[in-house]
Amino acid sequence: MNAWLPLLVLFSSLLPGLIIFFLKEEQSRIRIVLNMAGALIKLILVGSMVWGVYHGQSYEARLPLLPGLELALEADALALLFIVLSSLLWLVTTVYAIGYLEDSPNRSRFFGFFSLCVTATVGVALSDNLITFLLFYELLTLSTYPLIVHRGTEVARKAARLYLVYTLVGGALLLLATVWLYTLAGTLSFTPQGFLSSLDEQHYGALTIVFVLLIIGFGVKAAIAPLHGWLPKAMVAPAPVSALLHAVAVVKAGAFGIVRVVHDVFGVTFASSLGLLTPLAVVASVTILYGSVRALYQDDLKRRLAYSTVSQVSYIILGTTIVGPIAAIGGIVHLVHQGLMKITLFFCAGNLAETLGIHKISEMDGVGRRMPWTMAAFTLGAFGMIGVPPLAGFISKWYLGIGALEVGQGWVIGVLIGSSLLNAAYFLPILHAAWFKAPPSSWPQERSFGRKETAWALLLPPVITALLVLAAGLLANATFSPLQWATFIISLEFSP
Amino acid sequence: MSSGLNTIAWIVWIILIPLIGAMLCFMWPRRGNLLGMISAIATVVVVVALYLQLLDQGVIRYAVGGWRAPLGIDLYADGLSVLMLLMSALVGLGVSFYARDYFKQDDENPAGFWPLWLLMWTGLNALFLAADIFNLYVTLELLGLSAVALIALAGSKDALAGAMRYLLVSLLGSLCYLLGVALLYHAHGTVDIQLLGSVVTVHPVSYAALGLMIAAMVLKSALFPLHFWLPLAHASAPTPVSALLSAVVVKASFYLLLRLWFDVFPAVTLGLGLLFGVLGAAAILWGSVQALRQTRLKLLVAYSTVAQLGYLFIPFALLSPIAWQGGVYFMLSHALAKAAMFMAAGNILKFGGHDRIADLDRVAQRLPITMTAFCLAGVSLMGLPPSGGFIAKWLLLEAALTFEQWLWAAVIIVGGLLAAGYVFKVVGYAFTQADHSHDARPVALTMEWAALGLAVGAITLGLIAPYPMALLAIGDPLAIREVSP
Repeated sequence: MNAWLPLLVLFSSLLPGLIIFFLKEEQSRIRIVLNMAGALIKLILVGSMVWGVYHGQSYEARLPLLPGLELALEADALALLFIVLSSLLWLVTTVYAIGYLEDSPNRSRFFGFFSLCVTATVGVALSDNLITFLLFYELLTLSTYPLIVHRGTEVARKAARLYLVYTLVGGALLLLATVWLYTLAGTLSFTPQGFLSSLDEQHYGALTIVFVLLIIGFGVKAAIAPLHGWLPKAMVAPAPVSALLHAVAVVKAGAFGIVRVVHDVFGVTFASSLGLLTPLAVVASVTILYGSVRALYQDDLKRRLAYSTVSQVSYIILGTTIVGPIAAIGGIVHLVHQGLMKITLFFCAGNLAETLGIHKISEMDGVGRRMPWTMAAFTLGAFGMIGVPPLAGFISKWYLGIGALEVGQGWVIGVLIGSSLLNAAYFLPILHAAWFKAPPSSWPQERSFGRKETAWALLLPPVITALLVLAAGLLANATFSPLQWATFIISLEFSP
Repeated sequence: MSSGLNTIAWIVWIILIPLIGAMLCFMWPRRGNLLGMISAIATVVVVVALYLQLLDQGVIRYAVGGWRAPLGIDLYADGLSVLMLLMSALVGLGVSFYARDYFKQDDENPAGFWPLWLLMWTGLNALFLAADIFNLYVTLELLGLSAVALIALAGSKDALAGAMRYLLVSLLGSLCYLLGVALLYHAHGTVDIQLLGSVVTVHPVSYAALGLMIAAMVLKSALFPLHFWLPLAHASAPTPVSALLSAVVVKASFYLLLRLWFDVFPAVTLGLGLLFGVLGAAAILWGSVQALRQTRLKLLVAYSTVAQLGYLFIPFALLSPIAWQGGVYFMLSHALAKAAMFMAAGNILKFGGHDRIADLDRVAQRLPITMTAFCLAGVSLMGLPPSGGFIAKWLLLEAALTFEQWLWAAVIIVGGLLAAGYVFKVVGYAFTQADHSHDARPVALTMEWAALGLAVGAITLGLIAPYPMALLAIGDPLAIREVSP
């Protein structure tokens, strides 16, 4: 049974996805049932794995791939954090996507690839060695491509092509680094505190290059500057895809990869002794500030959010590169927190576009009165991003700051303050316009939903995720809160 | 029961069944589809039987009619030959299903296809089982001539030009090869591969024979810069034929090259390996760039074959057991993937009546199964996991990096990216709408599923690698045990 559970978690989205491909466009009821059943079953399975791991069970499945290499899935603590996040947000996003894509063409194809995309994400989370990680990482690239090109316009085709150029080159470097690492170390299995510290000193030069290659490979998806160029362009995709890309799947997989490399391939201590972490911390800090500055200048709402993602994801990387447990907790917990906050913001942006035809920030005057629930959720998400207590983002920034101080890296505080100010500078004007300015006489393209502000399927998801943003901050000390789980993960990495 | 089956000489039937099938199809052309399908399925069954026999008994050597070499004809099967037989059987089965409906729909000449294709299959099977260099020559001629006739079946001007070029190249190659055989026979008095391997030494005659025979095989395997004949011939042939040529026929001459390399000339090949590697690398880069530049789908796929064949020659430069395994695995996965891709391209061509890439009109929506096949095959060609192509590239990279051969590693990586470039060039346009829509002609479901089946096979190869590897080890055809410490 313990070997089956990780596989079942994969199949709970893979099978519905494969069946959905063969459904006709009109069979929307079967499609909805399959989607929802898959998402719910996955959530239940993941829940039972969390329970099991907490009580000392281990779940792993293996398949020989080549002599000495195997495809290995294992639900360790870090994996579970990511899976819980992705399966929860998948459920919410599925509801949202069903509402969002009502009556649009090619839904079977869309939901099929949507499910494949989640399967790949879960696979990335569960991977127990670098080659398995690589497999699902590339699968993720391939399964998101049709989602970005979904609308079939020339702009979409070009954006998707740009996405591929970035991610496939990244993937190729990753492959090179992985094989190289295998020839050096003879193994690729993730191990707490890394598996490379026993290597001979003559390989240190090679290991440094491998590290750089791995970081570039993962950094493309994590949108580290200057590898972020694809992300704002990929905003042509439908809103649920953007939400998924930014909060759960693609960007997160990149950040998660970097966490894995630092923690479970090199080990924080070893990586730091090679002098690899400080440069990465600097790159992450630059990205944090650069993304925020670029966000300031965007009038397109989704593009502003995209640059905000560029900035926020690097918090995770920053936390990972500071050699101290508390900052590391801050980084890992931000993996979850950023997901919750960003998905809320994207859902809201999608609602504005679908209901009122609003795409630009300059069109958002007074929208709070027309869509109070949506904008309330947006406000929570935005405040969270800025780091207002007691929301989720505050917890992340607090741990990052304290953690950096603890190991004497005070300059990080400067980055955090600078970034929070910039966050405020690009979110507060939106909130001000939405709540306090007078609405225009007519919206760009309004659809009527009776007395509701928009469809239920569109409204509920952002409200739920916004509440989760609040809960993750308020209840940070409860058992099973993201923070406590992150603390548990880090206790393994830093245990003597 | 199993021991009873194991005593039958499957090795002979593998050659006889398609031969008999070819004759029957020739005599009753109206029943061609039925007789052809029966022969195809029977051939596959017999190949599987030989596979099981090999697993059970190890290397098989069979003297036809009880006459041993040097007087009689010996047949020889080890892991490599059976792997090649299985590969051709899988592709052949897929192509047979495909062809049944392909020729039914069209006014292209169906009567010629079955006898010629089964004759070609006979040649292939005999080639993979031949134990002496003269019979290899005979099979090579059979293969070449039937392939030329198959290309010409399309009847178009391009096809006839392609067939003519192929004929000249094929004859030139066979003649060179025959000359090499004559030299060796004159010098050593035998044509048996095993005997030759033990007597060929460093000697001018050996070098002359080596040069002639290897040049012949390189020409037939279309290694850069001797690839000039391939794109037109492969692209202009009827689609089932394109699939067969690109997937299997070029591999046959590569197989022969491997046999010569390991069994006949192990003593005299030094230095040549590096040259092959360099040409292979050039093929990867040149072929991929040419594929990227094509505006017609079938030509793009054909140039992709030029590029992918380059990978087969990289192991000659790396000379490590892992690299050889990678090369053979590459051959297998490319066979399945390329056949699938040609079939998918053929479906698209039938569907829209043209294969101009930029004018593909929402093919992703309108031919989803075909497009899936195309994409899955593309995944294997790009070498992305999970696929046979990935395993092969992993092994090649591992070999290159173990010996710190950075240049080869770089070529392998860049080749993968270029492949992604030309595959996604097609995929991207499949999603968009063309300026003017064309009337679509229906494509038979079998043709779509045949393509998908082979593409799924290429992907599956990425998950079952231990089995083909174990098969390949039987008889140690790649001399792995001698090299490895």
